[in-house]
Amino acid sequence: MIRLSTPLDPSALRSLKAGDEVLLSGKVLTARDQAHKRIVAALKKGARLPVDIKGCVIYYCGPTKTRRGSAIGSCGPTTAGRMDKMTVPLLKAGLKGMIGKGRRSPEVRQAIRKYRAVYFLATGGAGALLSKKVRSARLVCYADLGPEAVVELTVKDFPLVVGIDAEGRDVFAHQERKR
Amino acid sequence: MRKIREKDIRECVRRLALKANVRLRDDVRRAIWAAAGREVSARGRRVLRELLENAKIAQRDSLALCQDTGLPVVFVEIGPDVDASGVNVTEAVQQGVVRGYREGSLRNSIVADPLRRGKPGFGPCIVHTTFVRSKGFKVTLLPKGFGCENKTQLKMMPPTSDAKDIEDFIVGAVRDAGPDACPPYIVGVGIGGSSDYACQLAKEALLRPIDKRSRVPHVARMEKALIQRLNRLGIGPMGLGGKTTVLGVNILSYPTHIAGLPVCVNISCHVLRSASEIL
Repeated sequence: MIRLSTPLDPSALRSLKAGDEVLLSGKVLTARDQAHKRIVAALKKGARLPVDIKGCVIYYCGPTKTRRGSAIGSCGPTTAGRMDKMTVPLLKAGLKGMIGKGRRSPEVRQAIRKYRAVYFLATGGAGALLSKKVRSARLVCYADLGPEAVVELTVKDFPLVVGIDAEGRDVFAHQERKR
Repeated sequence: MRKIREKDIRECVRRLALKANVRLRDDVRRAIWAAAGREVSARGRRVLRELLENAKIAQRDSLALCQDTGLPVVFVEIGPDVDASGVNVTEAVQQGVVRGYREGSLRNSIVADPLRRGKPGFGPCIVHTTFVRSKGFKVTLLPKGFGCENKTQLKMMPPTSDAKDIEDFIVGAVRDAGPDACPPYIVGVGIGGSSDYACQLAKEALLRPIDKRSRVPHVARMEKALIQRLNRLGIGPMGLGGKTTVLGVNILSYPTHIAGLPVCVNISCHVLRSASEIL
């Protein structure tokens, strides 16, 4: 088991191999479909982003509502493939890590290699279990998106598997997605 | 004739929304537990154990099993002994869903306009109402997560297709879903009817206990053959490899037209949730 913390250290990141089990501690930003759409549109226009993604880890997650007394609601990963078409510009802008579930496109895999980043897998459908690894949550932007808002989560020993490493090795390499 | 009140429907749906999202179905829990004992892949076993742990935590803390608390699909069956005249069944169901989802701090995942999107709310859900021969007023709520709903496939097959052609299509749909939609899957299949009805059957098939095979012998044989074939695909829990790719295959069939053979595959993730009550 490898322990990692954010911001991800470039040398630690380079030593990760697809299939490695990791416990991640530190800060991750939730962002999914609509937040990606807005971030990519802003990057295209050269506008200032309401969130700094340089060096960050993005978690494809839209949690359930937070109850009083809890840090967060149920908070497992959503299907990463839906973000594929919007991922390369984010990696170009300095994104270092992504957390989701399922396969990524060849373009994303190449970009992960090019920009020396990493794609982690979290266990889908284990949102109650994963919520216990979140210490606090802070709204960052896009509150109007409801569960799709960008929220900064502080996590402790968040269990992950390396899906695609900085060399572009893919744990699902034997299961190519039909294009 | 027994009069049914809107208040009773609303309360019933509220309870079902809370129960379905928090308590893993017993048949699904048993299937995951059995699979964890059989699974040869260490990564696969680890995932299956996490799922059992997740179900325990969710029930203990009344927390949603999965953050995707789905698009609720509600089936209402009205028996001959029930008088629902003057009752707005659909509206009562909608109100019950909103109450249950709000009370359970579940996720507001529904956008009012599919094109313009906008801020998500708790409803509206999908309501299917039918009049049936069995007594009572039965309500079933299935919160369908969209990671797996997105993997639905419909094929209007030629009427001359044989069992193998149908099985190949179903296997193809599961292979396409691959590691993306939270395997091990429960595969709901609708065969026959019209295109829309095959899709509804595929979803209804998910309501049947996953350890029970169809009562139609040749359909049960197809289910068994598919379970074996699908578990040889090697996708495994969360796609990380192993022999647990599906926990069950449920097929419902219906008469169809001489010129056609609609087949719909509605995949469910391992968190197959549903709850029902008879009023």
